[in-house]
Amino acid sequence: MSLWEYANPKKFMATADAVLPWLTGLTAICLTVGLIWGFFFTPDDFRQGSTVKIIYLHVPAAMMAINAWVMMLVASLIWLIRRHHVSALAAKAAAPVGITFTLIALVTGAIWGQPMWGTWWEWDPRLTSFLILFLFYLGYIALWQAIESPDTAADLTAVLCLVGSVFAVLSRYAVNFWNQGLHQGASLSLDKEENVADVFFIPLLVAIAGFILLFLVLVLARTKTEIRARRLKAIELRERLA
Amino acid sequence: MMPELGKYAGTVLSAYAISLVLLAAIVLLTLWQGRRMKRRLDAAERRRKNG
Repeated sequence: MSLWEYANPKKFMATADAVLPWLTGLTAICLTVGLIWGFFFTPDDFRQGSTVKIIYLHVPAAMMAINAWVMMLVASLIWLIRRHHVSALAAKAAAPVGITFTLIALVTGAIWGQPMWGTWWEWDPRLTSFLILFLFYLGYIALWQAIESPDTAADLTAVLCLVGSVFAVLSRYAVNFWNQGLHQGASLSLDKEENVADVFFIPLLVAIAGFILLFLVLVLARTKTEIRARRLKAIELRERLA
Repeated sequence: MMPELGKYAGTVLSAYAISLVLLAAIVLLTLWQGRRMKRRLDAAERRRKNG
């Protein structure tokens, strides 16, 4: 079995229909357990007090905001190189989900920053690169809406996605590139010493799993909608020409 | 049942409220768009079959 089989819309729809119920159930379990565990059953941080509970939303949302763009990048490259329509539609489907995660990361970051840093916003490298990523998401969605021909739209948005990837990478590594700025270093690391304490870390992992699964569920469902929209457009075009 | 959030209660609760509203919005929008598109495509396929 080859991965390219899923470039066939019928095969993609059948597989998505088969896995979506299971993925949806698993998503509901992980999100519910992660957020309830984090909100109700974790202690306050000795410095940040109860605001540490925002980590269960802020970190998974920020992670997925960047990863959604990376997924869009891979799908866009597949479109540009192999011209598989499903991959272009999957990239289009992921953008509204990615922008929602980016908005959650920006808003929860501002709300968290106010009591901890004394300001809602600072032109800090990570915050600024995240804001630019948000603007790229807006531009990407607007470009899809603005162009009538789906193939031209897929080409131009794929190029925009390649350019925006610079800011997705910057958003991820800004805290490592530049030491100045208010935002602290990564909360998750392969180096155990750099990680948050286990009491926060384990529910955080469950919440992250929930956000990853939610992203998968939403992208699969939205890609199905985009495939149907493309089919509808073809039928309507044939009706107009007949 | 509600944890003691102290002086940051407003901060934590508003972060959760806004995030959950945004998550619910994207989930509901996805469901609504999916159902609407399926209905429209089914109607178009029926038209096509009926000639």
